[in-house]
Amino acid sequence: MSQSDFVRRLPGLGELRQGKPWLKRLHIDPLLLLPLLLLAGYGLVVLYSAGGGSLDAIERQGMSLGLAGVLMLIAAQIDVAILRRWALVIHLGGTVLLIIVLLAGDDAKGATRWIDLQVLRFQPAEIMKLAMPLAVCRYLGDHHLPPTLPTVAVSMALIAVPTLLIAKQPDLGSALLIASSGLYALFLAGIRWLWIALAGLAGVLLAPALWFLLRDYQRRRILTLIDPEADPLGSSWNIIQSKIAIGSGGLHGKGWLAGTQSHLDFLPESHTDFIFAVLAEEFGLVGVLLLFGLYLIIVARGLWIAAKAPDLFQRLLAGSITLTFSVYALVNVGMVSGVLPVVGVPLPLISQGGTALVTLMLGFGVLMSIQTRTP
Amino acid sequence: MSPSPVFKDHEQERRLVQRRLLWSVLLLLLCMALLLGRIYTLQVVKHEEFHTLSDKNRIRLQPIPPTRGLIYDRNQQLLAHNKASFNLTLVKESIADLPQTLDRLTTLLKLTDEELNRFRKRLERSRSFDLVPLRDNLTEEEIAILALERHRLPGVEVSAQLVRHYPFGPLFAHPLGYVARINESELKEVDPVNYSGTEYIGKGGVERQNEALLHGQVGYQNVEIDARGRVIRVLNSTAAQNGADLTLYLDSHIQQVAEEALTGWRGAAVAIEISSGGVLAMVSTPSYDPNLFVTGIDARRYGELQKSTDLPLLNRAVRGRYPPGSTVKPFVALAGLQHQVINFDSTVADPGWYQLPGNEHKYRDWKKWGHGYRVGLRQAIVESCDTFFYDLAYRLNIDRLSDTLGRFGFGALSGAEFPGELPGILPSRAWKQARYRANWFPGETVITGIGQGYMTVTPLQLAAATATLANRGVMVRPRLVKSISPVDSAALLPSAPPPIQLAQRGYWDFVIGAMEGVVHDPTGTAKRIAVDAPYRIAGKSGTAQVVGIAQDEEYDAGKISKKNWDHALFIAFAPAEAPRIAVAVVVENGGSGSGTAAPIARRILDAYLLPRQP
Repeated sequence: MSQSDFVRRLPGLGELRQGKPWLKRLHIDPLLLLPLLLLAGYGLVVLYSAGGGSLDAIERQGMSLGLAGVLMLIAAQIDVAILRRWALVIHLGGTVLLIIVLLAGDDAKGATRWIDLQVLRFQPAEIMKLAMPLAVCRYLGDHHLPPTLPTVAVSMALIAVPTLLIAKQPDLGSALLIASSGLYALFLAGIRWLWIALAGLAGVLLAPALWFLLRDYQRRRILTLIDPEADPLGSSWNIIQSKIAIGSGGLHGKGWLAGTQSHLDFLPESHTDFIFAVLAEEFGLVGVLLLFGLYLIIVARGLWIAAKAPDLFQRLLAGSITLTFSVYALVNVGMVSGVLPVVGVPLPLISQGGTALVTLMLGFGVLMSIQTRTP
Repeated sequence: MSPSPVFKDHEQERRLVQRRLLWSVLLLLLCMALLLGRIYTLQVVKHEEFHTLSDKNRIRLQPIPPTRGLIYDRNQQLLAHNKASFNLTLVKESIADLPQTLDRLTTLLKLTDEELNRFRKRLERSRSFDLVPLRDNLTEEEIAILALERHRLPGVEVSAQLVRHYPFGPLFAHPLGYVARINESELKEVDPVNYSGTEYIGKGGVERQNEALLHGQVGYQNVEIDARGRVIRVLNSTAAQNGADLTLYLDSHIQQVAEEALTGWRGAAVAIEISSGGVLAMVSTPSYDPNLFVTGIDARRYGELQKSTDLPLLNRAVRGRYPPGSTVKPFVALAGLQHQVINFDSTVADPGWYQLPGNEHKYRDWKKWGHGYRVGLRQAIVESCDTFFYDLAYRLNIDRLSDTLGRFGFGALSGAEFPGELPGILPSRAWKQARYRANWFPGETVITGIGQGYMTVTPLQLAAATATLANRGVMVRPRLVKSISPVDSAALLPSAPPPIQLAQRGYWDFVIGAMEGVVHDPTGTAKRIAVDAPYRIAGKSGTAQVVGIAQDEEYDAGKISKKNWDHALFIAFAPAEAPRIAVAVVVENGGSGSGTAAPIARRILDAYLLPRQP
């Protein structure tokens, strides 16, 4: 089965192809690259403040950004067909690594997430963030749409196994992102609304049971959401302080480098997961709107690429990657502003941290690869 | 995985996916709108609330304690000032393992159990994030040790502090008092706002009496703090108004002379400048070092001071109550003249004792064979004839006697400037009725005439009464504070009580003349102190019995223990013709007023009246 079975060729396309712009020949999508660069720049500005004006943090993040950018460009050169071919193998490999990590992983902060290869330490969960949409989209792309019940069942298995393995580490944030990338693929593939409704109902019914599976600190995070004043110096501290940071920012913010909540250390994790609070405190609602605007442009471009993609696999893949990116932003802002429980999801391209950045940028590389190969 | 061979409708699938993409966009926009609504609520609707919370987080109002006012003597000699001192303080909240930190500090600084116990007590009373002092007055060496260990001892800080210091040590301990850490009951009596940054409060003497002036007004500063409570910067501040500087009437030279003269005795001396009522010297021996109390005296040394039978903590000048003995005689004489019980020519026959009509009891004169058959008033004062005054007191009766003595300030506090001052006892019928529920007996009047019996006075009262006598009835109210630096000192002047009016001005002259005779007549009891005196002294000696001597016994210093020796008293003023200074000296168990107390008074008079040797 080939993806170009029914490509309709317009007359004159041959001439166009010969006159392909140089960016397209380099497999770079300027409409995606530009907002990404702006967002990364914005992120460095915020991070500089969150790090208390330390150039050190900026240098490291800049290097991560550079590396991730290069990896994005490399990914953009890879024909999606190759990814499609290896999708299920990568998924399987990732799942095996997840099992290994649970059995023999390195502990960091009470969670087992890392594999240490002496020269390289990496989180298999990050591999899964790309392997999941690849595999599910590949599988669904090979089948009739809308998917039949067995197809859905197999897809759910593809999603559930790695998700549960990651949740067990425990890394709820990654589990959530990985599950949503697979579920988005299912959704885009046209899974029936009735089934979605039934799944939602089952979720509501199973929620109490799920409660008992959660660890103590996870339960506390949820309780904090319901009653933030319950433990103001303990588990609620982060949320109370980040809400104060956001709220005190007001319309225009306190000004760059003038956020008292972050600069006086009231805000924990101010340069990683809670960096949104720094942004909201220093740049106010205006800064938040700018951030949301940039995200919206990127998501819009991603979905445009998905809509225009030449075959089903690429369409689902581009859509899944883009929508998962939006989940990062929504979940992070949701937890920092106190409407979602605290799970470890970074604010994409703003939070400090190279690993998440590399995964995200690889995803955008895939999008560029799809876009620049779309006739 | 076997792809179904069924024909795929690519166009239909494309539309399906695109429809779902559209749904996704809608879902995404909905989520984004909800989140923006949340952010809008936080940043715009509830902005004020969170802004306040943010400020509350970072801004803390800190009191700035005012610097305590300085105290000078009349010659601008510093008597009390504030010295920088370095203290070891701990912040409990910043210390992970307090016992371990204390162990470490104990090894480093050789802390005593005493210090540790005191620290624990202070810790209990401290509020959170308070700097709780562990050791005051760190030495340079200790500061260096702590600086080296600093990184290993989080929450342990060396803080600089101004600490009260009394450069003269024990010399002024009694009149000045001292400052020490505020205790809980004192905290209830002061304005908690004004004392929010203050650790010390005046205890006793000038320090306590003028606490409000010396303390000043607290200032405030808004400081920005970080999440650990450390001060990052000062945002704004209202300066503290430092305490007022006091200049006292005390003269450290006279004080020193008086103290040296009294050294070795338990006793007190008070010298008053007659023109102003200013207390030139107020000595009570033995004394103590007030500096020990400032940062907290250790229990052992405090116990020693408290248990000492010499009562070093007692300010005898205002709290020591002594029978005035014969020093009361000039005042009794004035009462007799005023009430015309006697005149300048009255005489009494003195066989060496006095008997009330119809009573066998013999009131003895100190001179066994008496002062002669025609003892006049002048002779009675000069030679301190007891019989004359037994008779005079009896004829005056206690009511008139008590009334006149009361006008000189006996039995009442001498002013408002001496915290802890005791009024002594001016006996009267009413007083005895109230005190003992008993009637007054004539015999009690008789011995009151020579300053024995119920009557007690403090050295301060005696000096003030002497000054008033020297001033010919114009009341001299003893005062300590001469001026207050930023405050108009005229506002301080208390209204002067009305002068004592006598029927004839000559009464004053006569009694003062007789007192001059006490020192300068060849028969005067204190004639020895007149030797080489370049000015005329008016005085009166007094020897007050401590133990009762039985009717047929005689007082013999050699036979009774020194504890029961008579108290020696002397009052004096000089120059007699135009008095400038009045002095009262009391030496406990000094034996004889003229022998022990009078020379001390002379030295004090010299210190004031004679030009000072450089």
